[in-house]
Amino acid sequence: MTFKSTLLATSALVMMLAGAAQAKTLVYCSEGSPEGFDPAPYTSGTTFDATSRPVFNRLVEFEKGTTNIIPGLAESWEVSADGLEYTFKLRPGVKFHTTEFFAPTRDMNADDVIFSFMRQGDANHPWNQYVAGVSYEYYNSMEMSTLIKEIVKVDDLTVKFVLTRPEAPFMANLGMDFASIVSKEYADKLEAEGRKEDLNNLPVGTGPFKFVAYQKDAVIRYAANDDYWGERPKIDTLVFAITTDPAVRVQKLKAGECHVMPYPAPADIEGLKADANITVMEQAGLNVAYLAYNATMAPFDNPKVRKALNMAINKQAIIDAVYQGSGQLAKNPIPPTMWSYNDAVVDDAYDPAAAKAMLDEAGVKDLSMKVWAMPVQRPYMPNARRTAELIQEDFSKIGVNVEIVSYEWGEYLKKSTEMNRDGAVILGWTGDNGDPDNFMGVLLSCAAAGEGGANRAHWCNEEFSALLTQAKATSDQAERTKLYEQAQVIFKDQAPWATLGHSTVFMPMSTKVQGYVMSPLGSHQFDNVDIVE
Amino acid sequence: MIKFLLGKLAWLIPTFLGITIVAFGFVRVLPGDPVLLMAGERGITPERYEQLMAQFGFDRPIWQQYLEFIGRLFQGDFGNSLVTKKPVLTEFLTLFPATVELGLCAIVIATLIGIPVGVLAAIKRGSWFDQATMTTALVGYSMPIFWWGLLLIILFSGILQWTPVSGRISLLYYFPNATGFMLFDSLMSGEKGAFRSAVSHLILPSVVLATIPLAVIARQTRSAMLEVLGEDYVRTARAKGLSRARVVGIHALRNAMIPVITTIGLQVGVLLAGAILTETIFSWPGIGKWMVDSISRRDYPVVQGGLLLIAGIVMIVNLLVDLMYGFINPRIRHS
Amino acid sequence: MTSISTTEPGSRRQVLAEFWFYFRENRGAVIGLWVFAVLVLVALLAPLIAPHGPTTQYRDALLMPPVWQEGGSSSYLLGTDAIGRDILSRLIYGARYSLFIGLIVVTIALVGGIVIGLVAGFFGGWVDTVIMRVMDVILAFPSLLLALVLVAILGPGLTNAMIAIAIVLQPHFARLTRAAVLGEKNREYVMAARVAGAGKLRLMFRTILPNCLAPLIVQGTLSFSTAILDAAALGFLGMGAQPPTPEWGTMLAEAREFILRAWWVVTFPGLAILITVLSINLMGDGLRDALDPKMKRS
Repeated sequence: MTFKSTLLATSALVMMLAGAAQAKTLVYCSEGSPEGFDPAPYTSGTTFDATSRPVFNRLVEFEKGTTNIIPGLAESWEVSADGLEYTFKLRPGVKFHTTEFFAPTRDMNADDVIFSFMRQGDANHPWNQYVAGVSYEYYNSMEMSTLIKEIVKVDDLTVKFVLTRPEAPFMANLGMDFASIVSKEYADKLEAEGRKEDLNNLPVGTGPFKFVAYQKDAVIRYAANDDYWGERPKIDTLVFAITTDPAVRVQKLKAGECHVMPYPAPADIEGLKADANITVMEQAGLNVAYLAYNATMAPFDNPKVRKALNMAINKQAIIDAVYQGSGQLAKNPIPPTMWSYNDAVVDDAYDPAAAKAMLDEAGVKDLSMKVWAMPVQRPYMPNARRTAELIQEDFSKIGVNVEIVSYEWGEYLKKSTEMNRDGAVILGWTGDNGDPDNFMGVLLSCAAAGEGGANRAHWCNEEFSALLTQAKATSDQAERTKLYEQAQVIFKDQAPWATLGHSTVFMPMSTKVQGYVMSPLGSHQFDNVDIVE
Repeated sequence: MIKFLLGKLAWLIPTFLGITIVAFGFVRVLPGDPVLLMAGERGITPERYEQLMAQFGFDRPIWQQYLEFIGRLFQGDFGNSLVTKKPVLTEFLTLFPATVELGLCAIVIATLIGIPVGVLAAIKRGSWFDQATMTTALVGYSMPIFWWGLLLIILFSGILQWTPVSGRISLLYYFPNATGFMLFDSLMSGEKGAFRSAVSHLILPSVVLATIPLAVIARQTRSAMLEVLGEDYVRTARAKGLSRARVVGIHALRNAMIPVITTIGLQVGVLLAGAILTETIFSWPGIGKWMVDSISRRDYPVVQGGLLLIAGIVMIVNLLVDLMYGFINPRIRHS
Repeated sequence: MTSISTTEPGSRRQVLAEFWFYFRENRGAVIGLWVFAVLVLVALLAPLIAPHGPTTQYRDALLMPPVWQEGGSSSYLLGTDAIGRDILSRLIYGARYSLFIGLIVVTIALVGGIVIGLVAGFFGGWVDTVIMRVMDVILAFPSLLLALVLVAILGPGLTNAMIAIAIVLQPHFARLTRAAVLGEKNREYVMAARVAGAGKLRLMFRTILPNCLAPLIVQGTLSFSTAILDAAALGFLGMGAQPPTPEWGTMLAEAREFILRAWWVVTFPGLAILITVLSINLMGDGLRDALDPKMKRS
């Protein structure tokens, strides 16, 4: 058998590689396999890049390169004066994909919208558990279940969301991946054929690309959607070549085996920039890395002590040694690219002498503390261990003795939320939807300060939380900006965290790739991209 | 023969039960859990945590979960992946052909080169050929294959640009995967150059994976041949005036093959362990990489199902080797 | 069996002499021994030999090539890595880790395996059955996969990696010991000792064990190299020694991203592993030739 195939290989060698696709194909070396093709149950950007972004649309979309909300499948919307009713006018004539496995008979309408949300929110919905063990983590964590009172079909192209309370970030939530609109007609067909699980295998959406095929852990193929309601993609075929290793991604990019790759290793960036055939785009990431004290435990319940410790950290050294040129100093809990970022806030200057004096003043002597360093690399923090070592050294200069501890990642996430946690924890956050509340509300509000909440400082400041609540109740962005700016001043004054840094995101790509726009939300989209030989 | 077979099978049952306990038990003592990893930095309220654990069935007593696990096993149900929500067996079967293709290629390379080299080395014992090949074999046997793979990538993909960096076939080609074996599918697709592309993708990983088995087989063949050549009946045959080629080809080789076949069979475990490294280096979408990823994601059903399936395969192959050995060498059967 | 199995006083020296005679006949084994001796020396004297500290970073010498290549510097003979650490120094210190790993792993596996094997072989019956089934179970998993799972359970790190590898290697020793015990158990000299009223423990460890040593020594050398390779593989997969430890496998893992840019950061750690493992395997071959009577004949 082997002998025979060797013979055939030789004859194949003689043939020339001809007739290969004339159409424009863009190959994206993605960093991992999607968990599934239904975006709703998942939370990872890798899955969204392969599902919601190419295949689906949402009622509203984020404008390319910004976090602004623009019309998507909804052409327009109105918000009632009390902020409780959102009425959406749907775009007429939007077609779901016609593929080998499905041919739609009608255009997208209100039923699809209601289906897309109700299956996630209603535990008794026949599609809620369409595969065993599915759960809708984003729908849950964005509190959509308690927020949405009902969704009303006014007519085929008008949908009304009734909320239980005014919530300004609601619009941003609707632009998120879990809010992708799936076809009810397709779901009905699958149900009739008894293969509901294919909703998660063979997606049908309204997006710029049609799903063609997925070879597990290897390749995903998409074709341009000729019937797209927006501008048809300039490329004809989109291929995701799944390449988990950043070093291999770089090799493939250099070898011309792919056109675009995400998440290069920091060490590779210089070499990529030097390559004449490669462009490296960069942008500040929508993230923050922090060191959160436990504000419920003495002496860290004293803002003065926290402030003094913050002043003792040489943050620039961390940016230099840990981020290695791919990060910037953080002074606020939100990144500078986000609206309402308060640039007037002055960061605590690095001043060990003053810090020591402040500690003395607060009556703290011979302080010993733990610093938690997470065991994994995250987008906002390349090396927590090294950061902890630098902090250890800084604190030793003001007479504070630091012990560095770490746990397995899952344990770390859990233990760090425990109320009686001993020590300050290094962690961070990557934004979901570009709304400031998605940082400050999730990470610093009183509501999140309990066990299991994301407020790892367990810091509950009434004044700060009141400002956030107020900001959520109005949809006037100018007014919200003012409130968030005030909140940032309180945050800096009370110092529940040492804000460590914001990382920079790099996107190396072949110079043939034109029109790629980096998303501040960290998603990767190819609908406006072209390839020029 | 049947008694021999039944006896062997009876031995397998307690071992297999032991394997299920190990696969199930190990996974449960892994620190951290999938729900926590899923929640990430956002954290998860204790209530929601309990709710999800209950939904996955992780809240019940361990022994009860184990019994259910065994019960479902008998129906061929290995559970669903927590991440992809797909049946573990389906995922395994999707990825397994890639590993098998790689492993088969490696074992074919190892056998086709290893046996002739071993035989020649034995015949020309002490010659420069013997010394050179056996030294090379020992180097191969001592090779850290993950490093070897990287070196080959530097040379063939980086400097010479002869072979692609990773993957199974050029992305230009697209055809349905009928069998999951890329060599076969690319031939069947009828697309020009597809097969060639598949071969060029396969060559480096299979050479890397073949390295250690090749060394082992060459060494084993040589020593088995030496032993047989020293036996009385071979000497007798030689004395009777049979030609050297005939003696070596018919009498010696056939008898020397018995331990060599066993050796080849035993390489399956080595191949599967090697596949973990090789697949990682070459981004080869097989079960080795799948297991490594699933361990780090704490995807319990995949880790326990995968461990079980892999151990099961190793066991079955070992059994087949045993049977074949018994078949070739009847003395074993009766002892 | 062989002359080594006689334990009469006075013959020890003779046994050793005979062993050395056969060992010395194997040129490869002698070379292996020398290389290994040098490696041990390097490991022991690392702080004296190494030109730099293993984790000292020279910020002005990032990814500097080896001395003979353009841009190299004589103060970094084998070049530097991405954060300016001297590769030669890291390799020298790395020898300590690899040899230490091999030694500890083999010791744990050997002691554990011998005890388990002796118990199984000596007591027989259900004790034997249960023990051997457990060994079968361990052997049914590909060793690296099982080690990976064990390390995931225990937590990544050098110590845990060593424990995991020892557990995975231990059944080989247990099986060998058991087989040897079964072979020796009913021999005359054991019977004689038993009749003379020797206790069970004494029988196991003083009488039987010394006579099963030959195959165990051979397996021990084999496991020594396997342990080094597996530990490096675990380090390579990020589950073994953690950075900045200059363990060779971990160094390779860190160097992977540079394979097309800086060949030296990838090449040298792997070469160090290869040379070490090769020298041990060469010695192992010699040992087997010298200890195994069958091979001696051919």
